[in-house]
Amino acid sequence: MGKLRLRQIPDQLKVIELIIQKRGPESGPLTQGSAYARARAEARRARATSPPPRDSRAHRRSLLPRSPAPRPRPSLEGLPEARTDAAMSELVPEPRPKPAVPMKPVSINSNLLGYIGIDTIIEQMRKKTMKTGFDFNIMVVGQSGLGKSTLVNTLFKSQVSRKASSWNREEKIPKTVEIKAIGHVIEEGGVKMKLTVIDTPGFGDQINNENCWEPIEKYINEQYEKFLKEEVNIARKKRIPDTRVHCCLYFISPTGHSLRPLDLEFMKHLSKVVNIIPVIAKADTMTLEEKSEFKQRVRKELEVNGIEFYPQKEFDEDLEDKTENDKIRQESMPFAVVGSDKEYQVNGKRVLGRKTPWGIIEVENLNHCEFALLRDFVIRTHLQDLKEVTHNIHYETYRAKRLNDNGGLPPGEGLLGTVLPPVPATPCPTAE
Amino acid sequence: MDKEYVGFAALPNQLHRKSVKKGFDFTLMVAGESGLGKSTLINSLFLTNLYEDRQLPEASARLTRTLTIERRGVEIEEGGIKVKLTVVDTPGFGDSVDCSDCWLPVVRFIEEQFEQYLRDESGLNRKNIQDSRVHCCLYFISPFGRGLRPLDVAFLRAVHEKVNIIPVIGKADALMPKETQALKQKIRDQLKEEEINIYQFPDCDSDEDEDFKRQDAEMKESIPFAVIGSCEVVRDGGTRPVRGRRYSWGTVEVENPHHCDFLNLRRMLVQTHLQDLKEVTHDLLYEGYRASCLQSLARPGARDRTSRSKLSRQSATEIPLPMLPLAETEKLIREKDEELRRMQEMLEKMQAQMQQSQTQGEQSDTL
Repeated sequence: MGKLRLRQIPDQLKVIELIIQKRGPESGPLTQGSAYARARAEARRARATSPPPRDSRAHRRSLLPRSPAPRPRPSLEGLPEARTDAAMSELVPEPRPKPAVPMKPVSINSNLLGYIGIDTIIEQMRKKTMKTGFDFNIMVVGQSGLGKSTLVNTLFKSQVSRKASSWNREEKIPKTVEIKAIGHVIEEGGVKMKLTVIDTPGFGDQINNENCWEPIEKYINEQYEKFLKEEVNIARKKRIPDTRVHCCLYFISPTGHSLRPLDLEFMKHLSKVVNIIPVIAKADTMTLEEKSEFKQRVRKELEVNGIEFYPQKEFDEDLEDKTENDKIRQESMPFAVVGSDKEYQVNGKRVLGRKTPWGIIEVENLNHCEFALLRDFVIRTHLQDLKEVTHNIHYETYRAKRLNDNGGLPPGEGLLGTVLPPVPATPCPTAE
Repeated sequence: MDKEYVGFAALPNQLHRKSVKKGFDFTLMVAGESGLGKSTLINSLFLTNLYEDRQLPEASARLTRTLTIERRGVEIEEGGIKVKLTVVDTPGFGDSVDCSDCWLPVVRFIEEQFEQYLRDESGLNRKNIQDSRVHCCLYFISPFGRGLRPLDVAFLRAVHEKVNIIPVIGKADALMPKETQALKQKIRDQLKEEEINIYQFPDCDSDEDEDFKRQDAEMKESIPFAVIGSCEVVRDGGTRPVRGRRYSWGTVEVENPHHCDFLNLRRMLVQTHLQDLKEVTHDLLYEGYRASCLQSLARPGARDRTSRSKLSRQSATEIPLPMLPLAETEKLIREKDEELRRMQEMLEKMQAQMQQSQTQGEQSDTL
């Protein structure tokens, strides 16, 4: 028991909390003394068995069901008065007899009797990810001059994309679409990300742009092929280098009328192969009304033409995802963005923006443009999902098609004559 | 002795009165990719609403659309002077995935107007020739690109010897001032490099006042004009209402010279150089076309490309100038020659008759 010390105030609060909880579900009156003692004993037990949760979010996403079967609570009769901590700890794994009165669900942050600790897996995953880091490959497609490189630099707050915007340099538009992949390692909060930005100069710039998406499609399929070859190897690497394109930002020119035929053609061909996120570039030429009208028209045109941009409706896993994604799909997308790498002073703060004689456009101000929404969407909430959809759906589609074409055999060398059982033709979610 | 006052200093007034009575006609063509603010600018320039009934097609419809030429006419009257303005629009330009040769209908259209004028001029009744030739072409360059695109260059090279080109940067509120300057410089360099002849403003006379000269120099510096169009009036509390576009971060004023070159363009197009544009079209461009047309007629069957007017400088992959088929022109000329001959004969007959009657009269007199 011991004397009360200031250090134990948090414990005290916990004790009081426990008492209040107990008072709730249990109907019978508890005497102050014994309940208090019991509660304190439990608190001590809890401290001995589990580490304090570092991140409450981890608990929210814990693997235990949200409203679990009530953890065995000490019934009024069965609990012996515990005296030592050692004795406490061996009581923990024992199941307690269920009390007669049904319990309310346990509060998330409580560490009552019966805590196993599986929810620490989140923490373990986090540590592992921090050590190994992760890959992310983003492709930018659009006519030259729409601010692609500037936007990517703004998204990742570093010079990851070589800008061809210095006017003094001789910039010849390439005759065919080129694919340029540049990799960088970015670190934040101990987490390392190997970011690859894939640029496509020459797209849509010629007089005749027939089939200018073919080099891009070819590149994406080549990355899938590379991954497939690695996967199929007998002696394969522990961590296959992932060069597959996880996300393709397609830049729409802000004409204010509608999509251009080239935009439609590109998205029709590539929405089944890669996650496309359409983005309205240089959106500072449109007033609020023009912006919302244009977005509506673009959304309608995409729908009419059967183009599914990311997040695709068919891959929503549960209701929660669906409602969240529906909101994004039907209201915010395509995001109307403005990019900038120059800082200006606004109201005493330094902000990224564009300074014009009629005002300063702040990139991260939601009243001005939707850059912050795009950034949160791509980086802060859906980054992992982008990779998963690429791996589980787009890549699997490619793989199934390839294996089918090959008569059920995996392609390439490394088999040494062994024949693996044919891969059954799985019905692809994105049926051609 | 008092200096005698002859009075022909009043000649300009007579001309003025005549032209006021006659009215002016002016044909303006606007060309460029869709979505660059062409229609809005025309409406802003002439304070009309020419495009009320326009239906914008969707992207899927534009996939298979070919370029069409649309003409819209409006009569504007100001200060007693009537201007019959025709705006020629080129919807579908630069729209499709494959835009090869999409400028050919435009070239054909311009030449058709020249042909029409040539025929009218060679005809008998020359009093009421309708001048439908294109006097000026405002070519819109995208502010989102990095200067002229291959399509822009191809179009400009196809039409620069046939029409006065004024390059314009549309939707200039996409650009910060430094970017505008850089883009203008880039475009000027590219125009020089590709040897594209845009409309050259005539140098002002040395006896004009300083102010005018300064304005003129400023105007020349600001080509291509970076314009913003708007037909909406924005009323910011406190300040007077202005035409502009209201954004969350400020309001762009169309008529503010610090915001865009709209005023310069309007002054140039409407106030100072309207007549000059017509004259250049007639004296230079039309004459060049006429010379090349007639020259190739003079040697029938010998379609010698080098004999074309020295003004035309077309690229190696040029398309044969679509002209009236030789046979038809020749026939026309022969017909006209015959008519002339007949009329001459008639004249001679009449003269002979008159002489006869005169001599008869004299005879009867003497009798």
